This record gives sequence, structure tokens and C-alpha cells, in this order.
Amino acid sequence: MEGYINLFVKSIFIENMIFAYFLGMCSYLAVSKTVKTAVGLGFAVIFVLSITVPINFLLDTYLLRPGALQWLDPSYAEIDLSFLSFIMFIAVIASMVQLVEMIVEKFAPALYGALGIFLPLIAVNCAILGGSLFMQQKDFSGVSESAIYGLGSGIGWLLAILAIAAIREKIIYSNVPAPLRGLGITFIITGLMALGFMSFMGIKL
Amino acid sequence: MVEKSTTPSKKPTFLFINKESEPLFSKKNRVLLTDPLDDNNPITVQVLGICSALAITVQLKPAVVMSLSVVAVMGASNVIISLLRNLIPNRIRIIVQLVVVASMVILVDQILRAYAYDVSKQLSIFIGLIITNCIVMGRLEAFALGNGVWKSFLDGIGNAAGYGFILIVVAFFRELFGSGKLFGFQVIPDIIYDMGYENNGLMLLSPMALITVGVFIWIQRARNRKLIEKN
Repeated sequence: MEGYINLFVKSIFIENMIFAYFLGMCSYLAVSKTVKTAVGLGFAVIFVLSITVPINFLLDTYLLRPGALQWLDPSYAEIDLSFLSFIMFIAVIASMVQLVEMIVEKFAPALYGALGIFLPLIAVNCAILGGSLFMQQKDFSGVSESAIYGLGSGIGWLLAILAIAAIREKIIYSNVPAPLRGLGITFIITGLMALGFMSFMGIKL
Repeated sequence: MVEKSTTPSKKPTFLFINKESEPLFSKKNRVLLTDPLDDNNPITVQVLGICSALAITVQLKPAVVMSLSVVAVMGASNVIISLLRNLIPNRIRIIVQLVVVASMVILVDQILRAYAYDVSKQLSIFIGLIITNCIVMGRLEAFALGNGVWKSFLDGIGNAAGYGFILIVVAFFRELFGSGKLFGFQVIPDIIYDMGYENNGLMLLSPMALITVGVFIWIQRARNRKLIEKN
């Protein structure tokens, strides 16, 4: 149990997708003009990350990893399909996003209206594929660990985009030098926020 | 989601022959190649492909390798999508694009692992992330789906070069000030260290990547005032 909590906290704060690895920066910069849309995208990312990371973990363990096909027949122990992992992961992500979109449209039309345009965008959000690729590197021992990692990374992403959206809503009223307005100042603020998040790095879990 | 601009023209065009049969490097085509370097830079103006631009600019060598990989992937996938553009049904175009890009990236990844293993270890997951690099998808969607093969190729190469330009500039400053080296060779002489100069370790950490890009945008927009945003 303690291990799960550690992993959860670590994936939210210490290994924050945006501030430590810059994953999902494109949509982070493009969709952070207002808090409302930022929250919508953030929840969609949490949702998709916590579904796709465990699915990709299962795929990796039982299909792609060197020797993963042993459960079919002992003679397959030599097979290494890991070069296929990019294409498998992205296929899972694209189809999961499509599926989630259909389910949300059917059962929660209000949520669909709010998320609408962001859902398809998520398929090409680097944070999602990045989550799966980091999962592959980290050698988790079970599905539950990878699910917790996916959930935690998603929450970390939501926190980051929420913070920058709130700051950007207020910064309209300040007198920023003209060439820095918009993109430039957002980069510098994100840099300063990342500096703040670096203080979590000293925590040993 | 049906965009008029992406619907292909009725007249079929053959491989490298445009309808008007203009010269290969006509003025219009040259603009495709040079525009992304400054006025329409993918990173600082179009805001595409930032994730990898920040994460791998600690040293110059991985930045150069990454730029070359992106040039290869973008050139190849723009050509393939442009060839297929009349065959792809509009509804599933994203998945088709992802599959094409993913196979190109797998090729690049395998080549790097075979011939430059240490760099490929350093780049870790970021080669894989070229698949979801917004530059690739963005240019496929915005350009290759509606234009001929040669133009798409130039557009792909141009945008990848604009991306690589920023990557190399940022990596140059980070490696120079962060560790006093370029391409792993020491360039700041020992005598300056003896006089009390210290490497700025902060340049190697992630926050300074963001701030360096922010300052770069500042300089670019101060020079080129038509890029300044409204609010």
C-alpha cells in the first residue's frame, strides 16, 4: 500500500509531466487561455491516461517484451517484438480516444459538449504516449502500479495546466513588454513554476 | 470536420509534375522552404512540437541528432501522405497519418539504435515521441493533405529545419553556459576557470530550457514586430 502512495505522489509532483519532462506542452500552451477549457482538457487527459497506461502495460507484458510470448508456447521465448511498441501504443491510444469519445457522447452529452473539441486532440498529446513509454522504461510489477502511475501523471498534468491558465487570465491586466506578450511570457512563467516544482526533487520516497 | 481547403483538386497530378509545371525551385517553392525558419517558425510562431524541443537541448549532440531525425521523418511522411491524399477517407485520416508517421519513426529508431547507440540511449523516449510531435501531425493536416508531392516535401523539410534551428540554438547556449562545452569538447579555457568562473548548473535543469526559449521569442519578436500578439 505504501508503495502505491509513494508512486502516486511521485508521479504527480516529482516527475510532473510538464515541469520535469515537458510532455504535452503543445496543448498546454494552446488551451490554457481560460481556466474553464483548461479544466476540461485536464480531466480528459486524466481519463485517457489512466485507461491507456494499464492497457499498454498488459500489451507490453504479454505481447511485446522479449520473451513475452512464452505464455503461448515455450518455443516462442526467443521472440522480441519490442520494435513494434510505438505503433501498438499509438494504435491503442487512438482507438481508446475514439471509444471514450463515443461513450461520453452517448452517456454524458453535457460533458461531451464541454470537452467536445479536446477529446480528439488528446490522441496526439505527447503526455499520453509519453506516459506509456515511461511505463515501459520503469518496469512496473503489476497492472495496478501502472494504473496508479497513469492516474498520478494525469493529475499532475491537470494541476500544471490549471495553474498556468489561472495566471494567464490575470496577466492580461499587467503591462508586459510588447514582444513578450502571449507566448513569450507564458514560457518564462512556466520556467519559474518549474523552478518551484524542482523543490520537490529533494524528497526521497 | 470537413474542411474545404483539404479536399483534393479534381485534376490528378503525377509524382513530381505540378499542373503548371513550374520550375522545381520557383519563388513560391523557395518561400515554403525559408518561411518556417523565421516568419512562420514552427516553435516560436506556430507553437508546435515544443515538448521535445525543451527536453533534449541539454547538449548539442542529441539536439543535432534529433533535428536530423525530425527532418527525415517529416520529409518522408509528408511525401507519403501527399501521395495518398486522394485515397484517404476523411473520417479515418488521423489514424492513417499516425500509422504512417509511426512506421517512419520506427525506422529512424532502429537505425539510431544500430549506428548511434549512446545517443539513442540519451534521447530515450523522445525519438518515440516524434510520433505525437505536433509539428509532424500539424503539417500533415494543414499542408500535405491538400498539396502536391514536391511542395509537401519542401514544406516538411522547411518546417523540420525551422524546428532544428531553434533546437540547436537553445542547445548551444545551454551546453556552453551549463557545462562550458560544445559537442562534448571543452571550449571555455581553463584560465577563465582559474580566474573564478563557474559553470551555471541551473542551465542544465529543465526550467532554464523554458526561459531560454522565452528569451529567444522575445528577441525574435522585438526584431520582427509583426509577430507581436494583441494582448
